[in-house]
Order: sequence, then structure tokens, then C-alpha cells
Amino acid sequence: MAKISIQNISKVFGPQPEQALELAAEGASRADILRKTRTTVALRDISLDITDSELLVIMGLSGSGKSTLLRCLNGLIMPSSGRILVDGADITTMNAKELRHVRQRCFGMVFQNFALFPHRTVLQNTAFGLEVMGVSEVQRLKKSEEMLERVGLAQWKNSFPGELSGGMKQRVGLARALALEPQVLLMDEAFSALDPLIRQEMQDELLSLQEDIQKTIVFITHDLNEAFKLGDRIVLLQDGAVVQTGTPEDILQAPANDYVARFVASADASQVLTAASVMKRSEDTAVLGLDGPRAALRKMRIHSIASLFVLDRHRRFVGILNADDAEALVSAGRSDLTEITRTDIVTVTPDTPVTELVPLMAELPYPLAVVDSRRRLQGVIVRGLLLGALVEHNDRRGAHAA
Amino acid sequence: MLPRLPLAGYIDSGVEFLVEQFSGVTRAGSAIMLALLDRFEEFLLLPPPWLFILLLAALAWWVTRRPGLPVFVALGFGLLWNLGLWAPTISTLALVLSATLLSVLVGVPCGILAAMSPTARKIVMPVLDVMQTMPAFVYLIPAIPFFGIGKVSAVVATVIFSVPPAIRFTCLGIQQVPRDLVECTEAFGATRMQRLYKLELPLAMPTIVAGVNQTIMLALSMAVIAAMIGARGLGGEVWKAIQRLNIGMGFEAGLGIVIVAITLDRLFRALAQKSSGKKAHQGM
Repeated sequence: MAKISIQNISKVFGPQPEQALELAAEGASRADILRKTRTTVALRDISLDITDSELLVIMGLSGSGKSTLLRCLNGLIMPSSGRILVDGADITTMNAKELRHVRQRCFGMVFQNFALFPHRTVLQNTAFGLEVMGVSEVQRLKKSEEMLERVGLAQWKNSFPGELSGGMKQRVGLARALALEPQVLLMDEAFSALDPLIRQEMQDELLSLQEDIQKTIVFITHDLNEAFKLGDRIVLLQDGAVVQTGTPEDILQAPANDYVARFVASADASQVLTAASVMKRSEDTAVLGLDGPRAALRKMRIHSIASLFVLDRHRRFVGILNADDAEALVSAGRSDLTEITRTDIVTVTPDTPVTELVPLMAELPYPLAVVDSRRRLQGVIVRGLLLGALVEHNDRRGAHAA
Repeated sequence: MLPRLPLAGYIDSGVEFLVEQFSGVTRAGSAIMLALLDRFEEFLLLPPPWLFILLLAALAWWVTRRPGLPVFVALGFGLLWNLGLWAPTISTLALVLSATLLSVLVGVPCGILAAMSPTARKIVMPVLDVMQTMPAFVYLIPAIPFFGIGKVSAVVATVIFSVPPAIRFTCLGIQQVPRDLVECTEAFGATRMQRLYKLELPLAMPTIVAGVNQTIMLALSMAVIAAMIGARGLGGEVWKAIQRLNIGMGFEAGLGIVIVAITLDRLFRALAQKSSGKKAHQGM
């Protein structure tokens, strides 16, 4: 079952909501409805299922209704029509008390401009959600310290938000949302106010955090690069309606609207990109005969990854192993990695063009190994990296053209 | 020709009705309040003047950590002692402090209410306008049948005159809390009261303090008017001097009011700054 099921929701703001909804149902344009009823259609008949543990990016330009949609999920804004089911319970029919309960138990929210409380220390800010829930002071401070540890701000716990940089503030915002152990994390343009380098850093951290925590994350952005880098699935909004839903690959290969189409058109440049230009150095590897399953598990833990490439003693590429198999091996009391190494996997050479990589990556449940003609591991390509490289390349081209 | 509206007549009979119905209650309340006021004044008169001045200067040093205010306090109050105005000064101080306390007790909750409910705001704001613009003499006189001649009427009139800034600034401070912070408390499932205590009141505090400071100043400015219904104090001295056309004496007492005003203003500001001092470097 879907974690959150959005069913035919519409939202209008203005003096004549009923008439506006009727006109919208008849397919009148936003501008027409505004002229006739002085009522703005913010969301128009949106249906969407959000599955457990997925990172869903809702992408749209300003005024597309993405923030309104996000606020409908936790009832900060009530839709004018339609239903929103969270674990089967309809948000739109709840009374104030039930709604507060759902917000406390299910949702953590991270805001574009951080929304930290200036009169509270970093630690007190982090503990806010737990405080509201009525968790005892000792417990909530302990939990909050753990969260700050996790986002790397433990030594700042007694500072005030005014003393922190933008990136640090948003880490506090993230820690505050995570301290509640929410089932769903709502991120409203969470990184948009940060400068580009910090933003990339935060994106990387969110991705590695997500590998750990596996929460359902709904991330709002107006930035296509960010959407492609982060999203398991992307929902494109335009004028309050969904224009396309799909994986980054889907959207890249079959764009449904002009904005994406224009972007993908320039993505033909992917012809000139090769695997070598988008790969990164492999974090770590396991070597047959040297490393046992425990060592392999430790390496995966250090780098927060779920699988590891396996090399032989001459550092030639053999295959890949994953954490579950390694654990099984440990509990079975055996130590030879050969028996859990999958060797039947796809590899590419450094000069493979990116156009061939995109469909390949879409199918692949594990990272793609890049090996040279002597089967030595050159690098690794993960999905976000590939799409990110494409987007960056296009950005640069765009900049030159302009 | 339209006949003249008998507005004055209505008001007279209205006040008369209220006096008949409620003056028993208000008189009783007045007696209790008078006792409290007298005890407070006696308490302030308990230490000998030199000790009082020393303590006040020490307080000034403690809150400002600079020599300016303590020196001013010592010289100023020393001068008033020397001029033989000690008892009136303390009397005025007691009146102003009690009126301020009452104004805060009434004003801050009213301000909170006005900030939380648009309906309450629509009612409260025009009432405040009337309270601030209606000449004080006009309600000074009807105060007498309710509270009798003397300090209690003076305190009540002073509260009416000086409570508006406490209400207005409290309301303003709460309304000025940034929208995204309010949304954040909602997103975390806070109740309206949690939002008030954990976010709005702390952030509004500097504004509320500014309002209370205004209240103190307005209360002091009522000292002379309050003297007309028997509040005595420094205002009483000024009043006496005016009646005798004694310019020098009037000036001395007037100077006393200025000294008390400056002292209270600076002390209160420093105190407010000190209490929020640990967050001096905050800001988003």
C-alpha cells in the first residue's frame, strides 16, 4: 500500500471557491478562472501515490503549486477537494487534535529559510518537536544530541542559530525534523537558500543519510539538477497540475513538456560524454584472499554503501558482493568471499558513451563498474552521478551559448 | 431643527447608575488597595534615605556595570533628600510602580488576546484610542465616587492612561513573529498555547518590554494630574507650588519627577537588556 495516497486534490484560493472548482473541472485555464471568479487555482486534480522509503522529488517553477501540494500532505493547507490518505487515514477529515497527532508522529518538515527559533540554542531547536510531544527533558535532549552528532554539529549544540552559517542552519533544521523519527520527511526547497557548493554537499549528505534511514522523503525543488540528482521518482508540476511522473531516466528519455523537452534536447550532448568523464573513484574494494566478510562489511559501513566491488590478488575486477550476503556468510561461520561474489554483472569500458549508459543504469540494481581492457577497475558510476554529470554538462553548454 | 442630543445627560445618569450599583464593591476594593499601597509606601520608607540611595545606586551598578547611572542616581536622589522632598519622592515612586504593575497585569493579557483574536483586536483598539486621547481630567472626576479621593483613584486614573502601550506593544510584538516560524510550530504539531509560550512570547519580549517602559513614562507624566485628587507625592508638591505661584518650589518638585523618570527609564531598559543579554548576538 502507498505510504501517502493523494486522490484528486484541488486547491483554490479566493472568494468563489465552488465556481472556480467547477470551471477547473471543465478544463478552463488558470487565467480564465482568475478573471471570472477572482479565485486562483493552486492545485488542479492531483492524484499521486507516494510509496514507502522512496525519495520523491516534486519539481516545478515558482507558482506551479509545489509548496501548496507539500503543505497539503501534513494539513498545513487543507485542499478544497479530494482526499489525502496517510497510512490509510484521511488527513482532510481530521479534527485539530488528530491533525496535531499526525503531524507529531508522521511528519518531519524542513523549511527553505530554515525557520530556526532565534531565541533557542541549536540543541533546544533540535528538541522542539519532542518538546511539543511532551517527551521528558532528559530524553529529548539525549535524542537531540544524537541527531546533532549525526549531522556533524554536536560541538555547536549550545550556540544560537544566528552564529551558524546557512549550511549549518539547515543541518539543524534536518536534525530537528529527524529527532521525531518521522515516517515521512517533507523538505520544502530545503537547499535552495544555500550557495551552490554547500548545496551539493548537503545533497550528497541527504543521499547517504537516506541510505541509512530509508525514510519516505518528499523533496520540493525548482532546480532540475537537484531533482535528477536526488529523486528516485520525479513529479513535474506546471500551473498546479502534474505534467509528468517518472524516474529521472523516464523523464530524460521521454520528456512530457516543453521545459523538460528543451532541457533534454540539449542532453544530446551525452553523445560526446563517456563513462570515464562521469565515473568516480571507487570508495573501496574487497580483495579475494585478503579480506573476509567482516572486513568487507566494515568497509561498506565506513563508506555507507550497500555493496562492494571484488578484485583478485592482481587487482583485476572479479564482481560485486552485497552486505546481506556478507552478513549471511559471517553468521554461517565461513570466510571465503568467492562464494558470495556475483561475477555475472555488466561492466563498461572508460570510452563507453553516456547514451549507452543511461538505459543500462535504469535496469541495474547496483553501481556500474568501469574496467579497462586488462580488467582493472577504473571507477564506478552511480545513477545520481551520471544524471548529475549530464545536467552539469548541459548547464555549461547553456552558459557558453548565452 | 434637530433638538440638541442630551449626551451629557445620558452620561450623567449612566455614571450615576453605575455608582449606585457598584460603588459599594469598588469602595471595598478601594479600601484593600489603599492598604496595599500604604504598606508598599511604608516598606519603601523603611530604610533611611542614605541606605535607600546606596541600594538603588548598587542596583544601577549591577544592571549597567557602568558608573554613569549609579552616579546619577546617587546625586539625583541625594539632591531630593537634601531639598526635603524625600517622602513625596517615595510616594510618587510607590504610585508609579504600583500603577505600572497593574498596567502590566491588565495590559499584557489584553495584548495577547488582541493578537490571537481579530475580533478582540477590533474591539480593543478603538477603546485604546479613546483611553489615550480622552483628557485625563474627564475620567479623573468620575473616579472619585467609585474609589474615593486619594491614592486609589490616582492609581486607577494612572492605569487607564498608561495601560494602552502595554496592550499595543504586546499585540504588535506577537503579530511581528515571522510567518515561517509560526508555520514551523504548526508543522511540528504544537497547540496554540505551545506556540504562544514557546515562540511568540519569547520573541515578542523585547517589544513588550519597550511597551512597559512607555507605560512607566506615561504613569509618571500623570503624577501631577493624579495629585489633583489627592495623590500627594512630587505631583502634590508641584500642585501646591502652582497654587501659590511659587516658581522655585514648583521647579524643585518638577526636577524630582524628571530625576525619578530618568532613573526608572534607564534602570528598566538596562534590566531588560540584561535579561535578554545572553541572546544579544542572536538573529536569523
